[in-house]
Amino acid sequence: MRNAFLFIRRHVNFLFFLVLQIIALSFLFRYNKFHEAAFLNVSTEVTGRFNERYNSIEYYFQLKKTNEALVQENLRLRQQLVDNFEAPDSNKRLFRDTIRVDSVRKWQLMEAKVVNNTIALPANYLTIHRGFRQGVRQNMGVTGPQGIVGSVINVSENFAIVMSVLHPQFRVVAALKKGGENGTVYWDGISPSFISMRNIPRSANVVVGDTVMTSQVTSLFPAKLMVGTVAEIVPDNTSNFYNLRLRPSTNFSNIEYAYVLDNLQSDEQKRLEDSTRKKVQ
Amino acid sequence: MSELLKYIIRFILFILVQVFILSHMPPLHRFVTPYLYYLYILWLPFSLSRMSLTFIGFVFGLCLDYFLKTPGLHAAACTLIAYVRPFVIGMLISQEGADKNYIAPSFVSMGWAPYGTYVLVLTVLHHSYLVLLEWMTFGSFVYFVGKVVASTAVSLLLVLLTEALFFRKQKFRTNTI
Repeated sequence: MRNAFLFIRRHVNFLFFLVLQIIALSFLFRYNKFHEAAFLNVSTEVTGRFNERYNSIEYYFQLKKTNEALVQENLRLRQQLVDNFEAPDSNKRLFRDTIRVDSVRKWQLMEAKVVNNTIALPANYLTIHRGFRQGVRQNMGVTGPQGIVGSVINVSENFAIVMSVLHPQFRVVAALKKGGENGTVYWDGISPSFISMRNIPRSANVVVGDTVMTSQVTSLFPAKLMVGTVAEIVPDNTSNFYNLRLRPSTNFSNIEYAYVLDNLQSDEQKRLEDSTRKKVQ
Repeated sequence: MSELLKYIIRFILFILVQVFILSHMPPLHRFVTPYLYYLYILWLPFSLSRMSLTFIGFVFGLCLDYFLKTPGLHAAACTLIAYVRPFVIGMLISQEGADKNYIAPSFVSMGWAPYGTYVLVLTVLHHSYLVLLEWMTFGSFVYFVGKVVASTAVSLLLVLLTEALFFRKQKFRTNTI
């Protein structure tokens, strides 16, 4: 026993170092696995305040680009208005309303200010100024004026952390606009100006410049949101699939506003799928 | 200004510079990540005990981690260099007794060659450990070597610039204190 105490006394510095290393590494590996880090909720609130201060200055330098992106989005939405479509016969005018009366609401949008954003790190995150109190929950999709941005992975009182598309663990099912073939979109970590898409069958008729949009299979995003355009087609010789390199439609370097997408029916869908799985077993 | 206050202000400044300037720079290449924040640990005074040095390293790294959303990554690397620092200093200035006559490591207190070696060794150590931890989740061996070399080069350039821009005056203290 005495020897044990002597050992501890002699190597107290080294043991202290080991303890701190173990704490740090356990934080790191727990975070990567479950996206739940110790004290991250509290720290998000504190770092969020700093980021907000910084963003209030930095925002002015981006005003022009932000404005342009919002005007483009407005233009796209205005093009879809009913007034733009004139029926040929003035007696029998056919109105196609944008929302059908008997439809059930599935998606609800919340606008959110982006207060922090990185693109240069090996795993990138955004901080948005909307949190639990405003109705943001984990696993909600986030889109921007130009295209998809990421998904919410952690929420504090007034802030939320969004895992960017430029994160090696981000996955979303997307489809080619032309043929409708589904594939998985992910980031290979090489360059922030390209993302990848795999599992596109060779039978698909795909050319460079094709549009890729979100598929209705994912519960994170509504269908037909912009993901990106095809920049390069890489045939995978070991399988019957193509790998595509996409240019993301969102410009991640100057994103100032985003929309948080709340899927109102995701709970119901998940419950049904879970209960089915139980029945089959 | 009291020494303690100076080190607290430095703590905050280094983290803010790393988070809001260096992490926001448009990426040159995926191998190049500019790191400067660990210079804080290299600038800590000689007189700190090894235990408190290790602890400061841990807290400093963890503060940065919560800004960059990588809990534990930089804390682990900072703890390592803070722990190793006294050994490196002991090896480099065993004869001259500079650690008694001066407050903190610098070009003036240690001399050009020992201080340069000191910065180089701890930079390489810090970057290797950091990239090794990243490498465990993704990447290849080329990624590991390339990133350590490229980031070390950029970091050394930044350290040199910082040392030139913010010259730290070092008073010579006699042994009579």
